[in-house]
Amino acid sequence: MDFSLFPRDVFADLDRLQRQMQQAFEFSPSIRGFARGGFPALNVGGTPESVEIYAYVPGVDPADIEVSLERGVLTISGERKSGLEGVGAKDSVHIAERFAGKFRRVVTLSDDLDPEAVEARCKDGLLHISIKRKAAAQPRRISIH
Amino acid sequence: MNEGKLTREPQAPAEDAALLPPVDVIEDASGITLYADLPGVPKDRLHVQVEADTLTLSGEMAVAVPQGMAATHAEVNLPRFRRTFTLSKELDPEKLSAELKNGVLKLRIGKAAHAQPRKVEIKVG
Repeated sequence: MDFSLFPRDVFADLDRLQRQMQQAFEFSPSIRGFARGGFPALNVGGTPESVEIYAYVPGVDPADIEVSLERGVLTISGERKSGLEGVGAKDSVHIAERFAGKFRRVVTLSDDLDPEAVEARCKDGLLHISIKRKAAAQPRRISIH
Repeated sequence: MNEGKLTREPQAPAEDAALLPPVDVIEDASGITLYADLPGVPKDRLHVQVEADTLTLSGEMAVAVPQGMAATHAEVNLPRFRRTFTLSKELDPEKLSAELKNGVLKLRIGKAAHAQPRKVEIKVG
């Protein structure tokens, strides 16, 4: 029995479950995966000039996040401290849902990106990585003679 | 600012569908501490509201998206968070403090003075 002071919202949970199931059917597989439910959650988008990666890293100091780009593979790794640290013996933990521990997520990038033109910014627990496409790979209009 | 491109709206958009932020809730002798993950939510878009015995956390992400970006993969597919909790009587909404750092909200709700634990002495008869 769960007698927490803050009972969980059953309807919100059902709603979340339904969304997760819906997401499972929109899965686009890659060899390195895009495993859902991992930390940090990732959103990826593209423009003709760049690829934009958004990693949701709440509670992680930007200085503790390591972003590396090697041979077309982007790795985001780090460690997130538990919010439950410092909980005394007499304290009770009613809900513990937040991720804690080491994390590592890997994204395979297309080969038209320029590894020298990467920009990463972190604000409010959202890490935004922008990678420019190589000039040669950007769409060009080809004139016909 | 060009919102709504990063996150896709669901097929049948509910009026104000929101993500459920994961939380940690810890209780000690003098009150309750709640941590909620709200990445991308700036301070001015975060709302913490106590109405009667209901605590509502809601926040809207502020994400700058380049013009013309098409989302190719989205795990976070709504731009807002919301979660509601029912407070119990011994918690005092007047003793509420909130702090937002790196996308994590830390909320502290103190207990009313009369609800602080007292040690009951057991007399041995």
